[in-house]
Amino acid sequence: MSGLGEAFAAAWALIAGVEPGLVSIVLLSLQVSLSAVLIASAIALPLGAAIAVGRFPGRQLLIVLLNALMGLPPVVVGLLVYLLLSRAGPLGSLGILFTPSAMVVAQTVLVVPIIAALSRQVIEDAWREYDEQLRSLGASRPSAALTLIWDTRFSLVTIVLAGFGRAAAEVGAVMIVGGNIDGVTRVMTTAIALETSKGDLPLALGLGLVLLALVLLLNALAALIRELATRRYG
Amino acid sequence: MLPLELHNLRFSAGGHPIIRGISARLEAGPRSIILGPNGAGKSVLMRLCHGLLVPSGGEVIWHGAKGGDPRRRQAMVFQRPVMLRRSALANVIYGLKLAGKSPRECELRAQDVLEVVGLAQQASRPARVLSGGEQQRLALARAWALGPDVLFLDEPTANLDPAATQEIESLINMIHAAGTKIVMTTHNLGQARRLGDEVLFIDRGLLKEQTPIERFFSKPASSEAETFIRGELP
Repeated sequence: MSGLGEAFAAAWALIAGVEPGLVSIVLLSLQVSLSAVLIASAIALPLGAAIAVGRFPGRQLLIVLLNALMGLPPVVVGLLVYLLLSRAGPLGSLGILFTPSAMVVAQTVLVVPIIAALSRQVIEDAWREYDEQLRSLGASRPSAALTLIWDTRFSLVTIVLAGFGRAAAEVGAVMIVGGNIDGVTRVMTTAIALETSKGDLPLALGLGLVLLALVLLLNALAALIRELATRRYG
Repeated sequence: MLPLELHNLRFSAGGHPIIRGISARLEAGPRSIILGPNGAGKSVLMRLCHGLLVPSGGEVIWHGAKGGDPRRRQAMVFQRPVMLRRSALANVIYGLKLAGKSPRECELRAQDVLEVVGLAQQASRPARVLSGGEQQRLALARAWALGPDVLFLDEPTANLDPAATQEIESLINMIHAAGTKIVMTTHNLGQARRLGDEVLFIDRGLLKEQTPIERFFSKPASSEAETFIRGELP
């Protein structure tokens, strides 16, 4: 019991003292996961909207596939991206394996299905309500899709934040393609895994607390945005 | 673009016939009221005319369209107005923009019509926080801003209180007086009398009669219409 108490105390000292090692790990985590979520959103939101308003053969199959991919195991994504980026792989010439760029790629692959599948659902529900009105006003399907993205923007923010939570909290994919190299590709989750196995519980706990606080903060932010938006726009 | 001719129009949904062969001619000028019991096919008939539904058989012919796109010269107001999550003014501008008007034209026209429907004070408020009556006036403004030759209205006052209903009715009359053909469904006989010049009475997917309003109420040609009038009059 006293071991746990000491670990918490030491962890708190690391956080409160703004220990440079800890700060650089947190910053890299944020940089990788935010980049991944930005890129994933740019791909997945239009994709989700297109599937929501589109009518094409295989649509139902695509939706089932996307929904299934939401549960993609991070280690499998890590392995696939590793194979793609390794020297012998098709994208080996980029030479980005074991760099933060590779980690961004892996997390993007992981998050795209989540944002696409959830935004498809939200936008399709809205489409049911807007369909006749938008067509009556003469909107083409692509322009209707853009209108719907804008009109569901507050729900989509929540979805994008869920994607960020997933990216920031996963360990398997970044571990494989990043390699957990100290000062280069070490992020919060890989550091926690490593420090725990080494027995350096204060650093692991400190990072764990920061990660938890971050996730909490994001969820509070999402709730706040929704609340304000509903009050302001109905 | 008028007259509008319906030639043996049919529509089925899921093998279930809803419109079972309707032929009619709607001339420029008189306000046409589509009357009939619930489930008669009034709304479906109007959606077929407006082009929101594709007929299973028969034809919708705009005789006066002269090569132009007839869709661009008609507008529709729905029972439940669908407001975009933006300001009242932006809702009107949205329709004008889709119609290909320049930004300056959009702005001026939108402000004009809001003035006419009495929503100038609410122009910058989010459309979704307006009252039901205000939203329906905004929907009328959005449709009328397009300067349509024909305005379809699907039970536009079904969800409104008497005061709001009266406002909508006087706006419809003003739009008619300004030269737009009115085609409206209702199951409110009082409203049909107040607003109509002729009645198209629909029962179970068939057009039972097309009669001037006075004659419809004093001497309906079909027994179905007679029962309907007797049963529905307060």
